[in-house]
Amino acid sequence: MNFIKAESITESSTWQEMTPGGEIYEGGTSRLTKTGDWRSNRPVWDIQKCRQCLLCAPFCPDSSIPVKDGKREDFDYDHCKGCGICRTVCPFAAIHMEQEAR
Amino acid sequence: MSIRDRLSGNEAIAHAMRQIDPDVFAAFPITPSTEIPQYFAQYVADGKVGTEYVTVESEHSSMSTCIGAAAAGARAVTATSSAGLAFMYEVLYVAASSRLPITLACVNRTLTGPININNDHSDSMGARDSGWLQIYSENNQEAYDNYLQAMRISEHPSVRLPIMICQDGFITSHAVENILLEEDEVVKRFVGEYRPEHALIGRDNPLAVGPYDTCPFCMEHKVQQAEAMKNAKKVILDVAADFERTFGRKYGFFEEYRMEDAEVALVLIGSTAGTAKACIEKLRANGIKAGLVKVRVFRPFPMEEIANALRNVKAVAVMDKSEGYSACGGPLFAEVRSACYDLDTPPKMIDVVYGLAGRDCAVEDIERVYLHLMKIAETGIVGPRYIHMGQRSSQEEVL
Amino acid sequence: MSRTMTEIRWHGRGGQGAKTACLLLADAAFASGKYVQGFPEYGPERMGAPITAYNRISDAPCTVHSNIYKPNYVVVVDETLLRAVDVTAGLDPQGAIVINSPRAPEELRPLLRGYSGKVCTLDARRISEQYLGRYFPNTPMLAAIVKVSGVLEPDRFIADMEASFRHKFASKPQVIEGNMKCLTESMKEVRGA
Repeated sequence: MNFIKAESITESSTWQEMTPGGEIYEGGTSRLTKTGDWRSNRPVWDIQKCRQCLLCAPFCPDSSIPVKDGKREDFDYDHCKGCGICRTVCPFAAIHMEQEAR
Repeated sequence: MSIRDRLSGNEAIAHAMRQIDPDVFAAFPITPSTEIPQYFAQYVADGKVGTEYVTVESEHSSMSTCIGAAAAGARAVTATSSAGLAFMYEVLYVAASSRLPITLACVNRTLTGPININNDHSDSMGARDSGWLQIYSENNQEAYDNYLQAMRISEHPSVRLPIMICQDGFITSHAVENILLEEDEVVKRFVGEYRPEHALIGRDNPLAVGPYDTCPFCMEHKVQQAEAMKNAKKVILDVAADFERTFGRKYGFFEEYRMEDAEVALVLIGSTAGTAKACIEKLRANGIKAGLVKVRVFRPFPMEEIANALRNVKAVAVMDKSEGYSACGGPLFAEVRSACYDLDTPPKMIDVVYGLAGRDCAVEDIERVYLHLMKIAETGIVGPRYIHMGQRSSQEEVL
Repeated sequence: MSRTMTEIRWHGRGGQGAKTACLLLADAAFASGKYVQGFPEYGPERMGAPITAYNRISDAPCTVHSNIYKPNYVVVVDETLLRAVDVTAGLDPQGAIVINSPRAPEELRPLLRGYSGKVCTLDARRISEQYLGRYFPNTPMLAAIVKVSGVLEPDRFIADMEASFRHKFASKPQVIEGNMKCLTESMKEVRGA
């Protein structure tokens, strides 16, 4: 049974080591791609101003605002691309953007 | 025990489909389709099959439906012809690259334009690089037999590629001829069940099919497809061997007819092979050593095997029933001539493009080709290599 | 071409059932144990346009897949085709042409472009209208070609056709008798055979 895990396929995998037709045999594999590297602007969460309305989380196109027990947590910077939508939708100015410094 | 019957080529395919009882038949059931979905719809209406029969608004959608169904884990089939196949073009590649073993009954008819509905091979030849297996039939019997073998080839884990079973439009699809049919139970046992390793439905693990494939990965997947096409050669022969054991009729990559001592030979595809056989008997009665290679499997192309079959022949005419508009010959010629390049002393070779848009080809036409080859064999002078036959002309033509 | 093979060409007009008659003949020949081919020459299907259909009937398998250019027999389902189409093209003088016409064979010979072989006629309209109540020329013409060509044994042909009609018209058995009468009367009435 061919069950090659997505995490074992990299840009150095040979054609013999890859799944037929690029089939993916598990869910949630986008986690393996660290899109946070693409970010030039970084959202910063002001926990004092945040009222936990949770409007930002569903707007995030990259599921990078984790919500736990009904409350948002800090950004998942491994995957946030810095698009700034969260800043725009926040009614309480609790998110601002800073130049990414790497 | 085989059952003696008489059916048209379209009826023969529909009969095979009923016996196999596929999970899904997606069809655009009006012109330019064939009678196959019509006959099959009757089986569905009569409750003779359990197939989900999906009528859609276009061939693009019928192939897309097959792709979805096959990815879900179903055995999916369709049938089409001519412009219908052309309309599937985009998704033919998706079926192949997603490695989905869909079976398509192709009734070969010319691609418009000019507007025409008659037979030639331009439809399936246009799809020859789409990654589909292609098997061609001389008559209704071969269409039936090839269809019974199709799924075992296509679904084989080392292959996993979609397959076209082709026959000549009208010439065999609408011609009633004798045929040997096989018993339902034996057919079902021979074809077997479709049990894909992975499927979207009915499995515990999730599956994603047809993802966006970025540059670092996509070429590897195309190489996998190319390898699968190579693997298909062995599977095709294995299935043919089992078919012969089960039903007694022999198949290979191609049929060699009177090739054992042939000095001149034709290489061609489809129903014209039967006409050529009658011509060969006539010529051999007059001492002309004529032979024929009838190509059954065009994708994968049996390159070494064809070269081997032609190695002792002096002159060969490849007969293309479609144009390539390459200004140097049709698609079959390109393959056969390339195959013979590796021979130490390749035969003299010409391409005869014939039978376009239903232009008939009689025994006498074939005879002219053989006599032309005899002249080439005797003089060693090939003359024009890319010839059309059967057209009216104001100038003297080679044939 | 083996000597045991009979080649027949049908000329008709779209909608008259020449193709159906051709396929029925293939069926009947098949039932007699023959190898058969029955195929129409396809084009756009238009009511009234000239159409051609073909039969090969043989004791041995036939592999030729071309139209028929030198038929042993020709059947003309519509008399008006005689002027429009060269119906005797390539026709074997040892064979025959069978024409749907109330006229005598010799009256039609001048229209046949010098054909020297046997000419037969059958008034398929009268027979069809008499026994079927409507104009279906193909059944009478089928009987006529079987009689004229001798390609099938007549009693066997009649028996096979009856079985075929019983199957085909299972839901309307009342038409079987008319069709059978059409066949037997046509075999008797064909002129010049």
